[in-house]
Amino acid sequence: MSKTFKLDGREIPFETGQTIMDAALAAGVYIPHLCHNPEFAPHGSCRVCLVDIGGRQVSACTAAASEGMEVDSCSESIQETRRAILQMLFVEGNHVCPACEKSGACQLQAVAYYTGMLAPHFTHFFPRRPVDASHSDVIIDFNRCILCELCVRASRDHDGKRVFAISGRGLDSHLVIDSPSGLLGDSSFAAGDKAAHVCPTGAILPKGRGYETPIGERLYDREPISIVGDVRAHEEEVV
Amino acid sequence: MADKPRVATVSLCGCFGCHMSLLDIDERILQLVDLVTFDRTPLTDIKTLGDCDLGLIEGGVANAENVEVLREFRRRCKTLVAVGACAVNGGIPAMRNQFGLAECLRESYCDGIGVHNPGIPSDPEIPLLLNQVHPIHEVVAIDYFLPGCPPSADAIWTFLTAFLEGRPIAFPYLQIHFD
Repeated sequence: MSKTFKLDGREIPFETGQTIMDAALAAGVYIPHLCHNPEFAPHGSCRVCLVDIGGRQVSACTAAASEGMEVDSCSESIQETRRAILQMLFVEGNHVCPACEKSGACQLQAVAYYTGMLAPHFTHFFPRRPVDASHSDVIIDFNRCILCELCVRASRDHDGKRVFAISGRGLDSHLVIDSPSGLLGDSSFAAGDKAAHVCPTGAILPKGRGYETPIGERLYDREPISIVGDVRAHEEEVV
Repeated sequence: MADKPRVATVSLCGCFGCHMSLLDIDERILQLVDLVTFDRTPLTDIKTLGDCDLGLIEGGVANAENVEVLREFRRRCKTLVAVGACAVNGGIPAMRNQFGLAECLRESYCDGIGVHNPGIPSDPEIPLLLNQVHPIHEVVAIDYFLPGCPPSADAIWTFLTAFLEGRPIAFPYLQIHFD
Protein backbone atom coordinates (compact mmCIF):
# COMPACT_ATOMS: atom_id res chain seq x y z
CA MET A 1 0.00 0.00 0.00
CA SER A 2 1.35 3.40 -0.95
CA LYS A 3 1.96 6.06 1.66
CA THR A 4 -0.32 9.08 1.87
CA PHE A 5 -0.59 12.47 3.53
CA LYS A 6 -3.53 14.85 3.79
CA LEU A 7 -3.64 18.04 1.73
CA ASP A 8 -6.62 20.20 2.73
CA GLY A 9 -8.36 17.04 3.93
CA ARG A 10 -7.70 15.13 0.72
CA GLU A 11 -5.58 11.96 0.73
CA ILE A 12 -2.52 12.41 -1.51
CA PRO A 13 -0.37 9.36 -2.33
CA PHE A 14 3.40 9.81 -2.46
CA GLU A 15 6.64 7.92 -2.84
CA THR A 16 9.63 8.30 -0.57
CA GLY A 17 11.75 11.23 -1.69
CA GLN A 18 8.87 13.20 -3.20
CA THR A 19 8.19 16.71 -1.98
CA ILE A 20 4.71 17.91 -1.07
CA MET A 21 4.70 19.82 -4.40
CA ASP A 22 5.74 16.72 -6.42
CA ALA A 23 2.98 14.63 -4.87
CA ALA A 24 0.36 17.37 -5.26
CA LEU A 25 1.25 17.95 -8.92
CA ALA A 26 1.13 14.20 -9.58
CA ALA A 27 -2.31 14.03 -7.94
CA GLY A 28 -3.50 17.03 -9.99
CA VAL A 29 -3.89 19.31 -6.97
CA TYR A 30 -2.74 22.90 -7.49
CA ILE A 31 -0.44 24.63 -5.02
CA PRO A 32 0.44 28.13 -6.31
CA HIS A 33 4.11 28.57 -7.18
CA LEU A 34 6.45 30.75 -9.24
CA CYS A 35 10.06 29.53 -8.87
CA HIS A 36 9.08 25.87 -9.07
CA ASN A 37 9.34 23.94 -12.31
CA PRO A 38 9.39 20.13 -12.06
CA GLU A 39 12.08 19.95 -14.74
CA PHE A 40 14.61 21.61 -12.43
CA ALA A 41 15.89 21.19 -8.90
CA PRO A 42 13.57 22.91 -6.39
CA HIS A 43 14.72 26.37 -5.37
CA GLY A 44 12.34 27.35 -2.57
CA SER A 45 12.95 31.06 -3.06
CA CYS A 46 9.69 32.67 -4.12
CA ARG A 47 7.83 31.36 -1.02
CA VAL A 48 4.50 31.45 -2.83
CA CYS A 49 3.97 27.69 -2.36
CA LEU A 50 3.96 28.18 1.40
CA VAL A 51 1.82 25.59 3.21
CA ASP A 52 1.11 25.01 6.89
CA ILE A 53 2.04 21.76 8.63
CA GLY A 54 0.97 21.72 12.26
CA GLY A 55 1.43 25.47 12.71
CA ARG A 56 4.77 25.56 10.89
CA GLN A 57 4.96 27.20 7.47
CA VAL A 58 7.19 25.53 4.89
CA SER A 59 7.60 25.77 1.13
CA ALA A 60 5.83 22.83 -0.49
CA CYS A 61 8.44 22.59 -3.26
CA THR A 62 11.28 21.79 -0.84
CA ALA A 63 9.52 20.02 2.07
CA ALA A 64 9.54 16.22 1.86
CA ALA A 65 6.18 14.51 2.04
CA SER A 66 5.82 12.18 5.01
CA GLU A 67 3.30 9.59 6.08
CA GLY A 68 0.17 10.95 7.77
CA MET A 69 1.17 14.63 7.73
CA GLU A 70 -1.68 17.14 7.55
CA VAL A 71 -0.99 19.97 5.13
CA ASP A 72 -3.05 23.15 4.89
CA SER A 73 -2.72 24.93 1.54
CA CYS A 74 -5.98 26.83 1.19
CA SER A 75 -6.91 28.42 4.54
CA GLU A 76 -7.45 32.17 4.53
CA SER A 77 -4.34 32.74 6.64
CA ILE A 78 -2.13 30.87 4.12
CA GLN A 79 -3.70 32.78 1.22
CA GLU A 80 -3.17 36.02 3.12
CA THR A 81 0.53 35.25 3.59
CA ARG A 82 0.83 34.38 -0.10
CA ARG A 83 -0.85 37.65 -1.04
CA ALA A 84 1.65 39.57 1.11
CA ILE A 85 4.56 37.75 -0.57
CA LEU A 86 3.15 38.56 -4.00
CA GLN A 87 2.54 42.19 -3.03
CA MET A 88 6.19 42.46 -2.02
CA LEU A 89 7.24 40.99 -5.38
CA PHE A 90 5.05 43.52 -7.18
CA VAL A 91 6.34 46.62 -5.35
CA GLU A 92 9.97 45.49 -5.53
CA GLY A 93 10.03 45.59 -9.34
CA ASN A 94 8.18 47.60 -11.97
CA HIS A 95 5.27 45.43 -13.03
CA VAL A 96 3.24 47.65 -15.37
CA CYS A 97 0.71 45.09 -16.57
CA PRO A 98 -1.09 47.40 -19.07
CA ALA A 99 2.25 47.97 -20.85
CA CYS A 100 3.55 44.38 -20.76
CA GLU A 101 3.42 41.92 -23.66
CA LYS A 102 3.23 39.03 -21.21
CA SER A 103 0.07 40.32 -19.55
CA GLY A 104 -2.72 37.75 -19.63
CA ALA A 105 -0.22 34.92 -19.94
CA CYS A 106 1.95 35.88 -16.97
CA GLN A 107 2.35 33.50 -14.08
CA LEU A 108 3.03 36.25 -11.53
CA GLN A 109 -0.23 37.93 -12.54
CA ALA A 110 -2.15 34.64 -12.65
CA VAL A 111 -0.99 33.60 -9.18
CA ALA A 112 -1.95 37.07 -7.91
CA TYR A 113 -5.46 36.54 -9.36
CA TYR A 114 -5.62 33.06 -7.80
CA THR A 115 -4.81 34.36 -4.32
CA GLY A 116 -7.26 37.27 -4.66
CA MET A 117 -4.66 40.05 -4.64
CA LEU A 118 -6.35 43.28 -5.76
CA ALA A 119 -3.68 45.85 -4.92
CA PRO A 120 0.01 46.07 -4.00
CA HIS A 121 -0.69 47.36 -0.46
CA PHE A 122 2.95 48.27 0.23
CA THR A 123 4.90 51.35 -0.85
CA HIS A 124 6.37 50.96 -4.33
CA PHE A 125 10.16 50.96 -4.68
CA PHE A 126 10.03 52.12 -8.32
CA PRO A 127 13.59 50.85 -8.83
CA ARG A 128 15.48 52.07 -11.88
CA ARG A 129 16.39 49.02 -13.89
CA PRO A 130 17.57 48.72 -17.50
CA VAL A 131 16.06 46.90 -20.46
CA ASP A 132 18.52 44.81 -22.48
CA ALA A 133 17.46 44.66 -26.13
CA SER A 134 20.94 43.82 -27.44
CA HIS A 135 20.07 40.26 -28.50
CA SER A 136 18.61 39.80 -31.98
CA ASP A 137 15.81 37.42 -30.92
CA VAL A 138 15.14 37.92 -27.22
CA ILE A 139 14.66 40.93 -24.95
CA ILE A 140 15.35 41.08 -21.21
CA ASP A 141 13.39 43.56 -19.14
CA PHE A 142 14.98 43.55 -15.68
CA ASN A 143 12.02 45.54 -14.32
CA ARG A 144 9.98 42.34 -14.37
CA CYS A 145 12.58 39.95 -12.92
CA ILE A 146 11.51 38.29 -9.65
CA LEU A 147 14.82 36.46 -9.10
CA CYS A 148 13.23 32.99 -9.33
CA GLU A 149 16.45 31.73 -10.92
CA LEU A 150 14.59 29.54 -13.43
CA CYS A 151 16.67 30.98 -16.31
CA VAL A 152 19.80 30.47 -14.18
CA ARG A 153 18.90 26.83 -13.59
CA ALA A 154 17.76 26.18 -17.16
CA SER A 155 20.91 27.68 -18.69
CA ARG A 156 23.18 25.83 -16.28
CA ASP A 157 21.45 22.47 -15.94
CA HIS A 158 19.80 22.06 -19.35
CA ASP A 159 21.61 24.27 -21.87
CA GLY A 160 25.04 23.76 -20.27
CA LYS A 161 25.87 27.44 -20.79
CA ARG A 162 25.63 29.29 -17.46
CA VAL A 163 24.52 32.49 -19.21
CA PHE A 164 22.72 33.79 -16.10
CA ALA A 165 23.55 34.25 -12.43
CA ILE A 166 22.29 36.26 -9.49
CA SER A 167 24.73 38.87 -8.24
CA GLY A 168 24.62 41.10 -5.16
CA ARG A 169 23.02 40.55 -1.77
CA GLY A 170 19.64 41.31 -0.24
CA LEU A 171 17.92 44.23 -1.92
CA ASP A 172 20.86 44.56 -4.31
CA SER A 173 20.33 41.05 -5.71
CA HIS A 174 19.96 41.19 -9.46
CA LEU A 175 20.24 39.03 -12.54
CA VAL A 176 23.56 39.26 -14.39
CA ILE A 177 24.60 37.91 -17.78
CA ASP A 178 27.86 36.14 -18.57
CA SER A 179 29.34 38.15 -21.43
CA PRO A 180 32.25 40.62 -21.70
CA SER A 181 29.84 43.59 -21.92
CA GLY A 182 27.23 42.14 -19.59
CA LEU A 183 24.76 42.34 -22.48
CA LEU A 184 22.69 39.40 -23.66
CA GLY A 185 23.61 40.04 -27.29
CA ASP A 186 27.28 39.39 -26.51
CA SER A 187 26.59 36.13 -24.65
CA SER A 188 26.20 32.60 -25.99
CA PHE A 189 22.43 32.77 -25.32
CA ALA A 190 20.15 31.60 -28.18
CA ALA A 191 16.39 31.86 -28.68
CA GLY A 192 16.16 28.06 -28.79
CA ASP A 193 17.71 27.72 -25.32
CA LYS A 194 15.58 26.23 -22.57
CA ALA A 195 16.41 29.35 -20.56
CA ALA A 196 14.45 31.43 -23.09
CA HIS A 197 11.27 29.51 -22.28
CA VAL A 198 11.05 29.22 -18.49
CA CYS A 199 10.51 32.81 -17.29
CA PRO A 200 7.25 33.00 -15.27
CA THR A 201 6.99 36.77 -15.91
CA GLY A 202 7.64 39.04 -18.89
CA ALA A 203 11.35 39.48 -18.02
CA ILE A 204 12.60 37.25 -20.87
CA LEU A 205 10.54 37.63 -24.03
CA PRO A 206 10.96 36.65 -27.69
CA LYS A 207 11.18 39.68 -29.99
CA GLY A 208 8.73 40.38 -32.80
CA ARG A 209 5.80 38.50 -31.30
CA GLY A 210 4.26 41.04 -28.95
CA TYR A 211 0.49 41.05 -28.46
CA GLU A 212 0.04 38.14 -30.89
CA THR A 213 -2.85 36.71 -28.90
CA PRO A 214 -5.93 38.94 -28.68
CA ILE A 215 -7.23 40.01 -25.26
CA GLY A 216 -9.84 37.50 -24.19
CA GLU A 217 -7.94 34.55 -25.68
CA ARG A 218 -4.74 34.74 -23.64
CA LEU A 219 -3.64 31.92 -21.37
CA TYR A 220 -5.30 33.11 -18.16
CA ASP A 221 -8.08 35.27 -19.63
CA ARG A 222 -10.86 32.76 -19.16
CA GLU A 223 -9.78 30.29 -16.51
CA PRO A 224 -7.54 30.52 -13.44
CA ILE A 225 -4.04 29.09 -13.26
CA SER A 226 -5.27 26.29 -10.98
CA ILE A 227 -7.08 24.91 -14.04
CA VAL A 228 -4.87 26.15 -16.90
CA GLY A 229 -1.51 25.26 -15.33
CA ASP A 230 1.90 26.93 -15.61
CA VAL A 231 3.12 29.12 -18.46
CA ARG A 232 5.87 26.57 -19.06
CA ALA A 233 3.35 23.88 -20.05
CA HIS A 234 2.09 26.15 -22.83
CA GLU A 235 5.41 27.46 -24.16
CA GLU A 236 5.85 26.94 -27.86
CA GLU A 237 9.36 26.08 -28.91
CA VAL A 238 10.84 28.85 -31.04
CA VAL A 239 12.18 27.31 -34.23
CA MET B 1 -37.76 58.57 1.72
CA ALA B 2 -34.25 58.42 3.12
CA ASP B 3 -31.60 60.41 1.33
CA LYS B 4 -29.83 58.45 -1.36
CA PRO B 5 -26.10 57.77 -0.90
CA ARG B 6 -23.97 60.54 -2.38
CA VAL B 7 -21.24 59.54 -4.79
CA ALA B 8 -18.33 61.65 -6.04
CA THR B 9 -15.76 60.73 -8.67
CA VAL B 10 -12.57 62.32 -9.95
CA SER B 11 -9.76 61.63 -12.36
CA LEU B 12 -6.33 62.54 -11.00
CA CYS B 13 -3.35 61.44 -13.11
CA GLY B 14 -5.43 59.15 -15.30
CA CYS B 15 -6.74 59.16 -18.86
CA PHE B 16 -10.48 59.20 -18.04
CA GLY B 17 -10.62 55.63 -19.33
CA CYS B 18 -12.01 54.44 -15.99
CA HIS B 19 -14.76 57.06 -16.19
CA MET B 20 -15.51 55.87 -19.73
CA SER B 21 -15.69 52.34 -18.36
CA LEU B 22 -18.17 53.54 -15.70
CA LEU B 23 -20.31 54.97 -18.51
CA ASP B 24 -19.95 51.61 -20.24
CA ILE B 25 -22.52 50.19 -17.78
CA ASP B 26 -24.89 51.47 -20.48
CA GLU B 27 -28.59 51.47 -19.56
CA ARG B 28 -27.75 50.39 -16.02
CA ILE B 29 -26.84 54.06 -15.46
CA LEU B 30 -30.61 54.67 -15.19
CA GLN B 31 -30.70 52.22 -12.28
CA LEU B 32 -27.65 53.91 -10.81
CA VAL B 33 -29.19 57.40 -10.81
CA ASP B 34 -32.17 55.89 -8.95
CA LEU B 35 -29.81 54.42 -6.35
CA VAL B 36 -27.43 57.35 -5.77
CA THR B 37 -27.05 61.11 -5.99
CA PHE B 38 -23.96 62.32 -7.82
CA ASP B 39 -21.91 64.99 -6.10
CA ARG B 40 -18.68 66.34 -7.61
CA THR B 41 -17.89 64.33 -10.72
CA PRO B 42 -17.00 65.05 -14.37
CA LEU B 43 -20.41 63.50 -15.17
CA THR B 44 -22.33 66.32 -13.45
CA ASP B 45 -19.65 68.98 -13.91
CA ILE B 46 -20.15 69.97 -10.25
CA LYS B 47 -16.82 71.48 -9.21
CA THR B 48 -17.12 71.53 -5.41
CA LEU B 49 -17.12 68.51 -3.17
CA GLY B 50 -19.74 67.96 -0.47
CA ASP B 51 -19.94 65.24 2.18
CA CYS B 52 -20.24 61.92 0.37
CA ASP B 53 -20.75 58.27 1.15
CA LEU B 54 -18.59 57.01 -1.66
CA GLY B 55 -15.66 58.50 -3.58
CA LEU B 56 -14.28 56.83 -6.71
CA ILE B 57 -10.73 57.88 -7.55
CA GLU B 58 -9.27 57.32 -10.98
CA GLY B 59 -5.58 57.99 -11.62
CA GLY B 60 -2.46 58.22 -9.53
CA VAL B 61 -0.89 61.21 -7.82
CA ALA B 62 1.47 63.14 -10.09
CA ASN B 63 1.23 66.81 -9.08
CA ALA B 64 0.44 69.13 -6.17
CA GLU B 65 -3.19 69.54 -7.22
CA ASN B 66 -3.69 65.74 -7.28
CA VAL B 67 -2.49 65.61 -3.64
CA GLU B 68 -4.86 68.41 -2.59
CA VAL B 69 -7.90 66.93 -4.37
CA LEU B 70 -7.19 63.42 -3.08
CA ARG B 71 -6.88 64.67 0.51
CA GLU B 72 -10.14 66.57 0.17
CA PHE B 73 -11.87 63.43 -1.14
CA ARG B 74 -10.51 61.51 1.86
CA ARG B 75 -11.87 64.16 4.25
CA ARG B 76 -15.29 64.28 2.58
CA CYS B 77 -15.94 60.65 1.61
CA LYS B 78 -16.80 57.93 4.11
CA THR B 79 -15.54 55.27 1.71
CA LEU B 80 -12.78 55.82 -0.83
CA VAL B 81 -12.10 53.46 -3.73
CA ALA B 82 -9.01 53.24 -5.96
CA VAL B 83 -10.44 52.62 -9.42
CA GLY B 84 -8.08 51.33 -12.08
CA ALA B 85 -4.39 50.56 -12.52
CA CYS B 86 -3.12 54.16 -12.11
CA ALA B 87 -4.89 54.68 -8.79
CA VAL B 88 -3.90 51.19 -7.64
CA ASN B 89 -0.19 51.21 -8.55
CA GLY B 90 0.60 54.38 -10.50
CA GLY B 91 0.03 52.67 -13.86
CA ILE B 92 1.45 53.96 -17.12
CA PRO B 93 2.19 57.52 -15.84
CA ALA B 94 4.42 55.99 -13.13
CA MET B 95 6.72 54.74 -15.88
CA ARG B 96 8.21 58.25 -15.73
CA ASN B 97 9.60 57.28 -12.32
CA GLN B 98 12.39 55.58 -14.27
CA PHE B 99 13.70 59.03 -15.10
CA GLY B 100 14.41 62.25 -13.24
CA LEU B 101 11.71 64.94 -13.39
CA ALA B 102 14.06 67.45 -15.05
CA GLU B 103 14.98 64.78 -17.61
CA CYS B 104 11.28 64.19 -18.41
CA LEU B 105 10.53 67.92 -18.74
CA ARG B 106 13.56 68.54 -20.94
CA GLU B 107 12.61 65.64 -23.21
CA SER B 108 8.97 66.81 -23.47
CA TYR B 109 9.44 70.56 -23.76
CA CYS B 110 13.01 71.23 -24.90
CA ASP B 111 14.95 68.45 -26.59
CA GLY B 112 12.19 66.16 -27.88
CA ILE B 113 11.55 65.57 -31.56
CA GLY B 114 9.19 68.14 -33.11
CA VAL B 115 9.28 70.62 -30.21
CA HIS B 116 8.58 74.23 -31.25
CA ASN B 117 9.30 77.18 -28.97
CA PRO B 118 11.24 75.05 -26.49
CA GLY B 119 10.94 75.96 -22.81
CA ILE B 120 9.55 74.31 -19.69
CA PRO B 121 6.10 75.80 -18.88
CA SER B 122 6.14 77.83 -15.69
CA ASP B 123 2.66 79.43 -15.57
CA PRO B 124 1.66 79.67 -11.88
CA GLU B 125 -1.74 78.15 -12.78
CA ILE B 126 -0.10 74.89 -13.80
CA PRO B 127 0.20 72.58 -10.78
CA LEU B 128 3.77 71.64 -9.93
CA LEU B 129 4.74 68.10 -10.80
CA LEU B 130 5.91 65.74 -8.06
CA ASN B 131 9.28 64.05 -8.49
CA GLN B 132 7.50 60.70 -8.88
CA VAL B 133 3.99 59.44 -9.65
CA HIS B 134 2.47 57.57 -6.71
CA PRO B 135 -0.46 55.17 -6.23
CA ILE B 136 -3.14 56.86 -4.13
CA HIS B 137 -2.77 54.46 -1.16
CA GLU B 138 0.68 55.97 -0.60
CA VAL B 139 -0.97 59.36 0.11
CA VAL B 140 -4.27 58.61 1.90
CA ALA B 141 -5.96 55.52 3.38
CA ILE B 142 -8.00 53.62 0.77
CA ASP B 143 -10.93 51.33 1.56
CA TYR B 144 -11.32 49.31 -1.64
CA PHE B 145 -9.22 48.59 -4.72
CA LEU B 146 -10.61 47.88 -8.15
CA PRO B 147 -7.77 46.90 -10.52
CA GLY B 148 -7.84 46.98 -14.32
CA CYS B 149 -6.87 49.26 -17.17
CA PRO B 150 -9.67 50.05 -17.04
CA PRO B 151 -11.75 47.86 -14.72
CA SER B 152 -14.58 46.53 -16.88
CA ALA B 153 -18.04 48.08 -16.62
CA ASP B 154 -19.21 44.76 -15.17
CA ALA B 155 -16.53 44.89 -12.47
CA ILE B 156 -17.52 48.46 -11.57
CA TRP B 157 -21.19 47.41 -11.52
CA THR B 158 -20.41 44.40 -9.33
CA PHE B 159 -18.65 46.71 -6.88
CA LEU B 160 -21.31 49.43 -6.89
CA THR B 161 -24.30 47.12 -6.47
CA ALA B 162 -22.67 45.02 -3.73
CA PHE B 163 -21.47 48.15 -1.91
CA LEU B 164 -24.81 49.96 -2.13
CA GLU B 165 -26.73 46.89 -0.97
CA GLY B 166 -24.27 46.29 1.87
CA ARG B 167 -23.33 42.86 0.54
CA PRO B 168 -19.79 41.42 0.73
CA ILE B 169 -17.86 42.45 -2.38
CA ALA B 170 -16.70 39.49 -4.45
CA PHE B 171 -15.77 39.42 -8.12
CA PRO B 172 -16.09 36.56 -10.61
CA TYR B 173 -12.72 35.48 -12.11
CA LEU B 174 -13.39 37.18 -15.45
CA GLN B 175 -13.87 40.60 -13.82
CA ILE B 176 -10.45 40.90 -12.22
CA HIS B 177 -7.47 41.70 -14.43
CA PHE B 178 -4.49 44.02 -13.98
CA ASP B 179 -4.49 45.20 -17.60
